Parts: sequence; C-alpha cells; structure tokens
Amino acid sequence: MIAIIDYDAGNLASVAHAVTNIGFDCTITNDLKIIEKAERVIFPGVGAAGAAMDSLNRLGLDSAIKKTVASGKPLLGICLGTQIIMSFSEENNTKCLDIIEGNVKAFPKDILSSDNRPLKIPHMGWNSFKRIVDHPVIEAVNRDDEFYFVHSYYPDPVDEKHVIGTSHHGIIFPSIIGFNNVIATQFHPEKSGRPGLNLLKNFCEWQPC
Amino acid sequence: MLSKRIIPCLDVREGKTTKGIKFKNNVDIGDPVEMARMYYEAGADEIVFYDITASHEKRDIMIEVVKNVAKSIFIPFSVGGGIRTVEDMRKVLLAGAEKISVNSAAVKNPEIISQGAKAFGKQCIVLGMDVKYVGKKDNIPCGYEIVINGGRTYMGIDALEWAVKAEDLGAGEICLNSIDADGVQEGYELNLTSMISENVGIPVIASGGAGKPKHLAEVLTKGKADAALIASMIHYGNYTISEIKSFLDSKKIDVRMTW
Repeated sequence: MIAIIDYDAGNLASVAHAVTNIGFDCTITNDLKIIEKAERVIFPGVGAAGAAMDSLNRLGLDSAIKKTVASGKPLLGICLGTQIIMSFSEENNTKCLDIIEGNVKAFPKDILSSDNRPLKIPHMGWNSFKRIVDHPVIEAVNRDDEFYFVHSYYPDPVDEKHVIGTSHHGIIFPSIIGFNNVIATQFHPEKSGRPGLNLLKNFCEWQPC
Repeated sequence: MLSKRIIPCLDVREGKTTKGIKFKNNVDIGDPVEMARMYYEAGADEIVFYDITASHEKRDIMIEVVKNVAKSIFIPFSVGGGIRTVEDMRKVLLAGAEKISVNSAAVKNPEIISQGAKAFGKQCIVLGMDVKYVGKKDNIPCGYEIVINGGRTYMGIDALEWAVKAEDLGAGEICLNSIDADGVQEGYELNLTSMISENVGIPVIASGGAGKPKHLAEVLTKGKADAALIASMIHYGNYTISEIKSFLDSKKIDVRMTW
C-alpha cells in the first residue's frame, strides 16, 4: 500500500488516480498509523508553503514524514511537497522540514529566454529536464520527454549531490532532488501523461539500497 | 525551455460536448469524457471544459463529468462556466480539475479572483475574458470591450485594464477569447492577443478563430500567446493535434512532441 499524505494541499485525487491507473494500491490519508505501515509514501501538494506547514504541524504529519525518511522507505515529493522537504522557503518566509538542506527560492523577476523574450512566472506548462545523475526512478525517461510544471518557487539544495535533474526557465534550477530513499520532483508526474506515469511506476517499484 | 501549449476546448451542455458559431447554434458532437481521453492520447497538452448548461439545477451533471475525466486523463484540465463562488470552485477542484476559470462572475464581482487565489493558490485561477472590438473610446482606451452573458452584454470595461487588474487580484492565467473570431476559423485576433500578453506577467491562452495550423503559428509568435485553444478544427476531424504540432515544430515553435 502506498500512502498519499493528505494535508489540505490541493488536488490529491489526481495523484491517486494516476497511481491506481498504473496498477498500484494507494490511499489518501492523514492517519499517522497508516502512514507508518505503508510500504512507500507520496508527499504531494499544491498551494502556499506557509499554510502547508501549518497543516502539517497541526496534524502531526511533520514528524510522520521525518520518520518515513529515517525508516528507509521510499518517499516521493511532488511540487509543494518537494519544496517542504527543504530547510526554508522564501514563500511566506516559512521554516520547512529540513530533510534536504537548502532554501526554496522565488524565480528572479525579469528573466529572459535564450532569444531575449521576457519569461512569465509562474513557470507553467511543459518542460524537460537534464539528468545530472542516473537514478532508477528516472531510468525510462527519454531526453525529449516533457513534464508538467506549475510553480513560482524552486528548491535549491546546498549540497550539489542532492540534485538529480535540472530544468531551464530563464535560469537553470533543480527540478529533481533527493538522496538515499528520497526523491522529489518540482513537476507533476501525475499530470505529465505517459512519461509521468512511467516515472510514477518506477517510483512504485523502486527498492532503494 | 517551456513549450507552447495546444489546448482543445470542449463546450459541455448537460453532459454533452457541443460547438457553436459566435456563441450561437450549438450542436451536440459527443461525450466529453471520451473526447478528453481521445485528445489526451492524441497529444493535447491540457484540456479546457466550459459548462454552458443553462439550468442551475443541472450543474451537478458537470461535476460527474469532471470526476470521470480526472480518472481518464493524466494531463491538466480546467473547468469554467457558471462558477460564481469559492464553494463552486471547491466542488470542481475536489472533483479533480487543476484549474477553474471565472468569467462573467469575476466581472460582476472581481473579489472572487482574490478569494479563489487565497483559498486555492493563484495557479488554480484562470480569468476567462470574452472580448469584442468596439474601437477606441474614452472609457475603452484599448478599443476592445469586455462582454458577458455569452457575448450578449457589453460591460463598458476596457479589456486591457481588466486583464491588468485581474492579475493584481491574483489570477494565475488569462484565457482570452475574441468573440469576433470565435468559431469562424479564420485566425486568432493577433492584435488583441499580443497587446494583452505584453502587458501582463502571467500566461495568456489565445482563444477563438483557429481553423488552420498556420493560425496557431501566428498567435504563438506574432500574437505572443503562451498557449492556443482549439476547437472546431479538431472536433470535426479537419486536423489532428499531431498534424498541428508537427507543423508548429517545422516552424521552429517549441511544442511537446513526445507523449
């Protein structure tokens, strides 16, 4: 069973639909016991960092997530979930879970494309990523595959070895981060068509050593 | 690099997809869940649904449609039409949509934009704008006026001023529909689209007028749109999404080519 952590942060049903579609059992839950028993955990989310941390703390999910990480179980962060596992977010100046050291930063204003057109924020739409290190969860991803992003902030780990993939939107930013049993994407695999479903399937089968 | 998005638009009336010309004479053309799945598999980057059900009592039919769509496609989709309150927004988002679009209700009550953005995040809130060319006047300096009620009621509001205000209120995206061009298939309103897109910092989806792949190429370059809405040109089988994307790719426009 895969636990999808429920902390009042947006459309979690879409993650559950995608996981169900690729043939895995999952449940959307904020029950600490169910999360502890789950084989693996998905930490999704859409919204603002401040409100999200308030909900996590109130529901006791902050320590449930830290316990999951410590247990060695596979954990997948998605979008806001990915940002929350960092130390601190510039969004609402929020102290986060500090699972990966580093800040969540806002895209700079007035960023330009390679042909000098002004770029828009949020970074919304389909973009690819460059593989920085090989990882079983992104094994099946082709170079031209694109993923769905929607965000105004991005995670910036202090230690470069936590960066698994990077994407380009005016600046180059980490779009997949992780270590040991943790992997986290800034994009939404559940909304990224076939390449996204493949990535989710890889996560559901991943056995971190 | 962000790809330009190609977005099929499905007008839904009492649970059936329909298509009209200049907002009139709608005919039923299919089941929205099946059509969404078909376009998802054909390479759509996102799907927009407009609920044009007239009767308020029958609106829950749309919630069922949204729930079924959410189980069938794994790309983002938005739902608009008849959304008046934060509670209406919540229902649609909980049913599985990524975004909701507000149009007439936001014109009448702009606070709905900020309330929605606060409750669900800016990225959820799309401002739908129906716009008609009326020529420059004192109260319409840009020459394009906001109309509501399916194009019937002129509001005396300047389209550009409204777009800028909506961004300030917290809209995360604008879906800009030219009523003059809607359903005619002779090309998007390029002047309108570039004017709005250059003056806001949020993405603009161009809508109304797509008939040929070259129309999309124009609006995504000269029109400075971030995404293009299409309807008639694919609903009646004149073109496939793949053909349209191959054409755009050949014109060096970044589009998602693998799916």
